[in-house]
Amino acid sequence: MIPHFFKDIITRLEQGIYPHIIILAHMVLGTALVYTSPRSNLAFLVLITSFFTLYYFKTDRRFKLIVGAVLTLFIFPVVGVRNIFYLEVIFQISVFAALALGLNIVVGFAGLLDLGYVAFYAVGAYLWAFFGSQQFYVLPFAPGTQPSNLPFLLPGDAFYLFMFIAILIAAITGILLGTPVLRLRGDYLAIVTLGFGEVIRVLANNLDKPLNFTNGPQGITPIQRPTMPLAAVDGFNALFGGLVGHDVSPADMYNVMFYLLALGVIIVIVFVTRRLDDSKIGRAWTAIREDETAAIAMGVPLVRMKLAAFAVGASFAGVMGVLLAGSRTFISPESFSFMQSIGVLSMVILGGSGSIPGVILGAATVTILNLQVLQGLSLYLSQLRQSDAVIPIINFAWANLSNQLDPAKYQRLLFGLILILMMIFRPEGLIPSQRRKRELAHDEDDNGK
Amino acid sequence: MKRFLKSINIPELIRPLGQLVFFSLGTTIVLSAIVLVFALILDRTVVGQTLFERLNVSLFTYTLINLPQVAIDGLTIGFVYAAIALGYTMVYGVLEFINFAHSEIFAVGAFVGVEILIALDRFGILAGASLVMAYVYLILAIVGGMLAAGGLAVAVERVAYRPLRHASRLVPLISAIGVSFLLQDAIRLVESLTTGQFNRIFPTFGNFDRRVILGKMALGTTNITLGVSIKSIIVIVSAVLMLVALNYLVNATKVGKAIRAVAQDHPTASLMGIDVNRIISLTFLVGGMLGGAAGVLYALKFTRIDAFVGFFPGLKAFTAAVLGGIGNMTGALLGGIVLGMLETYAGSYMGVFTMGAAGTEYKDIFAFSILILVLIFRPQGLMGANVAQKA
Repeated sequence: MIPHFFKDIITRLEQGIYPHIIILAHMVLGTALVYTSPRSNLAFLVLITSFFTLYYFKTDRRFKLIVGAVLTLFIFPVVGVRNIFYLEVIFQISVFAALALGLNIVVGFAGLLDLGYVAFYAVGAYLWAFFGSQQFYVLPFAPGTQPSNLPFLLPGDAFYLFMFIAILIAAITGILLGTPVLRLRGDYLAIVTLGFGEVIRVLANNLDKPLNFTNGPQGITPIQRPTMPLAAVDGFNALFGGLVGHDVSPADMYNVMFYLLALGVIIVIVFVTRRLDDSKIGRAWTAIREDETAAIAMGVPLVRMKLAAFAVGASFAGVMGVLLAGSRTFISPESFSFMQSIGVLSMVILGGSGSIPGVILGAATVTILNLQVLQGLSLYLSQLRQSDAVIPIINFAWANLSNQLDPAKYQRLLFGLILILMMIFRPEGLIPSQRRKRELAHDEDDNGK
Repeated sequence: MKRFLKSINIPELIRPLGQLVFFSLGTTIVLSAIVLVFALILDRTVVGQTLFERLNVSLFTYTLINLPQVAIDGLTIGFVYAAIALGYTMVYGVLEFINFAHSEIFAVGAFVGVEILIALDRFGILAGASLVMAYVYLILAIVGGMLAAGGLAVAVERVAYRPLRHASRLVPLISAIGVSFLLQDAIRLVESLTTGQFNRIFPTFGNFDRRVILGKMALGTTNITLGVSIKSIIVIVSAVLMLVALNYLVNATKVGKAIRAVAQDHPTASLMGIDVNRIISLTFLVGGMLGGAAGVLYALKFTRIDAFVGFFPGLKAFTAAVLGGIGNMTGALLGGIVLGMLETYAGSYMGVFTMGAAGTEYKDIFAFSILILVLIFRPQGLMGANVAQKA
């Protein structure tokens, strides 16, 4: 009886004016919590999850768009400037969401398992790192021996141009890699892309001689930040200064700007992805994913369509790479390890490959687990270590716990668990794609007959 | 006893030995010839002159004198790769699935073996051990590593692969990647909780570090001694023994026949009264044991291991399996030997030939480039012509 009762309540809540009220209530609650206790992780989670409420309840499009815009353009920047750690989390979520959306095109739509996806990210990052720093003048010097008064090659304005150049360069890289290997079967392709990812990392590590392109393992720094109109800082202060409580420095404003840029890229990606999904290309990708042989028989140009998926996915990663280089002002090969590729893959798999809201949810979940839950555990453990608490039954003093045990460094465990559990229990992801849902419904119909 | 002796299939014991010798010699000769031709050509150029100024010896002589050492090193690592590659190839042959977690099975084997030896060392047993006992302990460590790795491989198959056997191709592969990552951090977690260290060092005992001197050669003004370390001999001999044993198991026993039957066709094998699940578990067990033994041998050769030790050897062994033709056991042997040799030759000579612009650090890229080239031009591998490519 009781489940029925709950079901009743939920159906009622999904109708009429209730969804609007719930969404607004959730958002206001989250904002109020974060505003009153800017250090609390829990309050931040409440705020972030209001996105989920926004997605889950069915309301009219315009309401959703307005609420989404208020959340992303107004509440997040203000809250983020008040506690810069939140802004960092939001920025990372946006970066990984964009990467995951790009990988989603390759893995989710075309069904090509790319294990070296961050290679394209690296291509974009090193592109701006090279042209937006002194590296061009460092070419003849071994790492660490260059004179200190070298000029920058390009002004900060060029950053915006390079966001577009990166699209091209990364897409070309994707096509160059794809042309020879896309004829391969899926599992071979996975390993070859993995190899390619490692090749890019090893190159970045070692191209400091004979000419110093990448500055080796030390990485390239400083990299130019894009020029930001000073009016932006003044404008932000004039508009939100009262809410923030203090004047925002240009450095903080940069973080806001990069967050907004990442958001812009995400919107473009979502738009492109949705258009592609409903287009001839998108249907060709689905055909390839489901059955290559049948797709060829239907006249789908196999290699060309696979290349298109590779190039589109790669270009998004390239843009995000430029953004990363600009925001971090420091790039080293470490940021582009195999683990990063798997991290992005686990976001796609967790959320639901082929599903846009799913992939964004996956990116947010994994990033929060990574940045807040694991690091929170680390903090908690280090506090326990300093206390003289003892586990009662086995008589183990926390102070004796190994210093090496730092949950923040156990991302692989997290990624691994996500991949295995999702594959075994819910391969379609947390929010399955619409097409997948339709297919599953069809399957049930077939079984019914 | 007589019947037992009679039941041994002698040709199946000799054939793999012959193949191993043939592959090793063939690869050595071909690669040496290529390197020597390069040296001859480059001798006239600035590369040769630079070397002559530095060491007072022509590039050709330098290359020639280093060759035996390089070949032995290459052979050692090649046999390790071959042993790991067999694990990939057997699983692929039976399930058509890349067991991505095999590299961590290898790492677990290495850790268990090394931990056994470290424990023995802590009780002071290793320090006073006689030579015979040192070898007994080494064998104990290898067997320990084999059992742990084999058991783990079976467990992983049961938990993470078997439920996905009828899913589409990429699903078990993604699960395997997950297992690989999970195991890497699980090793790290266990090590940091129990020992507080990330690196484990293979204890020094016995005579494994000694070198058997084969001869001396003059290189310009300096003398170079040619030698094989006992480690390398142990690695080669144990790898050869394992490879022969595996070959015998698969090609000359009833269980082996069942494995081959399952590899060809699951439903038909099942109709013939073969328990397919048991054979698949057995395949994982055997592959895992080989991987575990290879892990201990790897630790013996390279001394230091950490939780990520499996990644590169695993990837290269996979490359070796593909190079030889995945699913084909002889191919895995050939691929392992060729890849180990190629990599060592490239690592040793690339630095000299390019005047230091590109040296050993590109060794790993070299393996991948080979993988990509093989997949483009001969996706069925060197010996994989008889393996049908099921879509």
